[in-house]
Amino acid sequence: MATYIPTTPDELQEMLGAIGVKSIDDLFAEIPPELRLQGELNLPAGMSESEMARKVARLAETNETVEKNVCFLGGGAYDHIIPAVIDHILLRGDFFTAYTPYQPEVSQGTLQCIYEYQSLICGLTGMDQSNASLYEGATANVEAINMATAQTGRNKVLVLQTLNPEYRRVINTLNGALGVEVVTVPFEDGAVDPARVQELMNDKIAAVVMQYPNFFGSIEDIERISEIAHAAGALSIVSANPIALGLIEAPGKLGADIVTGEGQPLGIPLSFGGPYLGFIAAKKALLRRMPGRIVGRTKDIDGKIGFVLTLQAREQHIRREKASSNICSNQALMALNATIYMSLLGRDGIKEVAYQSFQKAHYMKRELAKVAGVSFPFTGSFFHELVVKIPNARKVLGKMAKKGVFAGIPLDNWFTSLKDCVLIAVTEKRTKDEIDNYCNMLGGFING
Amino acid sequence: MTTKFTKEHEWAKLEGDTVTVGITDYAAHQLGDVVFVELPAKGSKLQKDKVFGTIESVKTVSDLFAPVTGEVVAVNGNLENNPALVNEEPMGAGWICKVKMANPSEFDQLLSEADYKKICD
Amino acid sequence: MAEPLIFDLNKDGRRGYALPALDVPALDPADHIPSRFLRQELPLPSLSELEVVRHFTRLSRLNHSVDIGFYPLGSCTMKYNPKVNENMARLPGFAHIHPQQPEETVQGALEMLKTLEDQLAEVTGMDAMTLQPAAGAHGEMTGLLIMKAYHKKQGNHKTKIMIPDSGHGTNPASCSMVGYEVINVKSNDRGSIDIEDLKAKLSPDVAGLMITNPSTLGLFDENIGELASLIHSVDGLLYYDGANLNAIMGWTRPGDMGFDIVHLNLHKTFSTPHGGGGPGAGPVGVKKHLEAFLPNPRVVFDGKKYKLQTKCRESVGPVLGSVGNFLVLVRAFAYIMVNGSEGLKNSSAYAVLNANYMMARLKKTYHLPYDRFCKHEFVLSGKSLAQYGVKTLDVAKRLLDFGFHAPTIYFPMIVEESMMFEPTETESKGTLDCFMEAMEMIAREAAENPDNLKNAPLKTPVRRLDEATAARKPDINYFQRPE
Repeated sequence: MATYIPTTPDELQEMLGAIGVKSIDDLFAEIPPELRLQGELNLPAGMSESEMARKVARLAETNETVEKNVCFLGGGAYDHIIPAVIDHILLRGDFFTAYTPYQPEVSQGTLQCIYEYQSLICGLTGMDQSNASLYEGATANVEAINMATAQTGRNKVLVLQTLNPEYRRVINTLNGALGVEVVTVPFEDGAVDPARVQELMNDKIAAVVMQYPNFFGSIEDIERISEIAHAAGALSIVSANPIALGLIEAPGKLGADIVTGEGQPLGIPLSFGGPYLGFIAAKKALLRRMPGRIVGRTKDIDGKIGFVLTLQAREQHIRREKASSNICSNQALMALNATIYMSLLGRDGIKEVAYQSFQKAHYMKRELAKVAGVSFPFTGSFFHELVVKIPNARKVLGKMAKKGVFAGIPLDNWFTSLKDCVLIAVTEKRTKDEIDNYCNMLGGFING
Repeated sequence: MTTKFTKEHEWAKLEGDTVTVGITDYAAHQLGDVVFVELPAKGSKLQKDKVFGTIESVKTVSDLFAPVTGEVVAVNGNLENNPALVNEEPMGAGWICKVKMANPSEFDQLLSEADYKKICD
Repeated sequence: MAEPLIFDLNKDGRRGYALPALDVPALDPADHIPSRFLRQELPLPSLSELEVVRHFTRLSRLNHSVDIGFYPLGSCTMKYNPKVNENMARLPGFAHIHPQQPEETVQGALEMLKTLEDQLAEVTGMDAMTLQPAAGAHGEMTGLLIMKAYHKKQGNHKTKIMIPDSGHGTNPASCSMVGYEVINVKSNDRGSIDIEDLKAKLSPDVAGLMITNPSTLGLFDENIGELASLIHSVDGLLYYDGANLNAIMGWTRPGDMGFDIVHLNLHKTFSTPHGGGGPGAGPVGVKKHLEAFLPNPRVVFDGKKYKLQTKCRESVGPVLGSVGNFLVLVRAFAYIMVNGSEGLKNSSAYAVLNANYMMARLKKTYHLPYDRFCKHEFVLSGKSLAQYGVKTLDVAKRLLDFGFHAPTIYFPMIVEESMMFEPTETESKGTLDCFMEAMEMIAREAAENPDNLKNAPLKTPVRRLDEATAARKPDINYFQRPE
């Protein structure tokens, strides 16, 4: 068995002597006997590092990866190229074995990275301020809705049906538990007609929550919908894909009051769903409603520039039951991951990832159009994700998976009206050959 | 002009039927560096002993309790850009708001300076 | 010389990373996206790969970390993060699988989740677990939603939750988020819950009692059995905040103490790295009668295949967009495998040994408010230094000069000038001895040369920072600095 405990038997005796007890058991004496665990925990015996590593590797090998297969899955998590630099920096113990930067004098590394992260997120989204990050994309909307209800004193939100259905479920669980009433605005042709929002809008609505590009990949008219929200005194919350923002306009320029999103596309491995990165950025007027940590730049007593956690009086450890959020951590390491990605790719690189994803998705649509039996239920503008109707979709997807192609996500999981409809994502990582092969294979399975 | 106090460490200075409200020297010292004061809106109605705002320092946050019932007729806008005024002159330039009293007899129920000092000791 | 900001290293036209050349025919995006939706400016920096590597490497060197030195932060369990666990989390079969892949392609991932659920249920004495919550506070919120769902089903009208005055700040924050009023319960002079105070405040509208045991004072509450009976007598639920589980693994279990709901912090007890503040994982365990309320999806095994089950009628619903912080869970899984039952028990044994060893010596120099054996952590008061004008904050800052991290300070709030130490089991006697020498030297310095403490730290990359200006004139975005 491996052990991470350094104490030798001699040291143990010395330490027990210094405490004045005979054995470690004496230190547990106050646990009433009837509450003591009788015998051992029913777990396997411990093992050496190498034995464990072998067993775990065997288990991991039973999964099919996006490396060995070809991944056209999206729906909130995307198979982008991840530069090698990122993991080498993340593996520096100085970053990943540090705690929350509560002692700023010995945490400037983490703090400056978060300041840079906040600024990059502001630059990307076109907003005034960002926090130090949240858990992931779904819960980021929960926090945004909390901000909006606190700011407006209203208790009802409109959520577009084109917001990721998993996000909508999380909103129902968490905001629902807080007594927020959620009204869903239905879509037509892959996006929501702003007129539908207008019909449901009134002075009881705290916010409209939308996705950009939306769950189907379509570019929702967040500008018009934000105007409708503002006219009624409601806030506009936009859940944005950060990579898409290399090609499509910043939500901050289109009227968003709060921008949230899933940061996974910024160089974070797919990881079966996590850990990912939730981001949230807002307009200035909402500064004191921001949940979680925020890092600020200041000076030390010698006048040297330094960074600290700031505006802490908003947070749970001070406000306790009066806090508007119970968040007490952030996803610092994932924020660092995204910061390195954005720094390395840089302005031109992020633009190119977005541009190539756009081009390849549009190429794929043109090629799919040539496959007999395939149709497209929606007509609007899209970024790098599209909905395709395939006869016997589930069966075909299953066959393609067996041939090493994760061909898309069946949408009837969430939308009964979208039977046989499949959500396909195409990133810069996909090649022309992979796309061509997909279309050939699909044609074969549909018509074979 | 009379100044009276509350056990929540606020002061109220009477001018006609209006009182100017702020936090005491003692409270400002206890809070440490004040970084933000959440001011009530002008025209809003305050209810005696109810929370009407908050005051934040670097490491803590406190509620502000209305010393009297009435309408806010002025707020100290200088605190928005310079919350440090609360530390520098809590009983002067660091005032928070002026309240037109709905029930002037409430003022008489507040603590005298001598009684307030006993609380702080 | 301070490290410049990434934005100050910008050089337009520089590239840090090359993508493969576009291999499909290109369209003009302007023909396919309305012009108002096309991006105008993108204010991101441009750097070379080496500049990026150097920038972040230099920044990393400004941090204290477990890999560099002792980190006795109370309630945070800063134990060693085994390197092999990083390798396990980077196995392609775990790191490179998409959450929407067909179930038959992720059987290993689902098996790992199910096995870890069972293992954590065994360690805590609970009947069922969810691994979905992403952090301790998130787990707390989930646990409280389960509590609420239970009371709703029972037809109970419950409005309040009891929390001891020593509780973590997240406890009351989570309670009020789910709509419960918080009732504070006092601690007695042994640092345990004052049962008389609890009895006086207990009423039929109490939904539950939320506690850590050992408490944030590091003290085991021997009356836990009675507390459980009292809470259960009004059909309330007993909630275990697992922040301090590292004290008792293999010795006693929350389930056996009478707790109904437990949340864990895998980044504390199960050694997953803190990452500078996250990601963590906050699994929640419940007794049988609450299982139906757990968030979905649930991982189930039908004897042949693992599946994600989403149709659970009474479930509170999902609390995250995925199954959880999966790679954090992989690390905890590897940790439990290496340790086994004996290793986990030993971890708690030596964590408690180390804490008592430190407490026995430091109480000679600093005030110990509750003088009894502690569990994995203990709380001292710095109030004896007030006579020299020295505060706990000054002691904390001076420790940084000695290359140690400070303890948790000013928490729990029921101890004046508190300092909370948690050494963990992975520190050697030698390290503890050096640290205690520093603590004693600092106490002498407080008497002889208090300015050394008030000016500390002197040797860190920056010295004490102006937090007041930071909060008054927030400079939190490079693109919008205050004048």
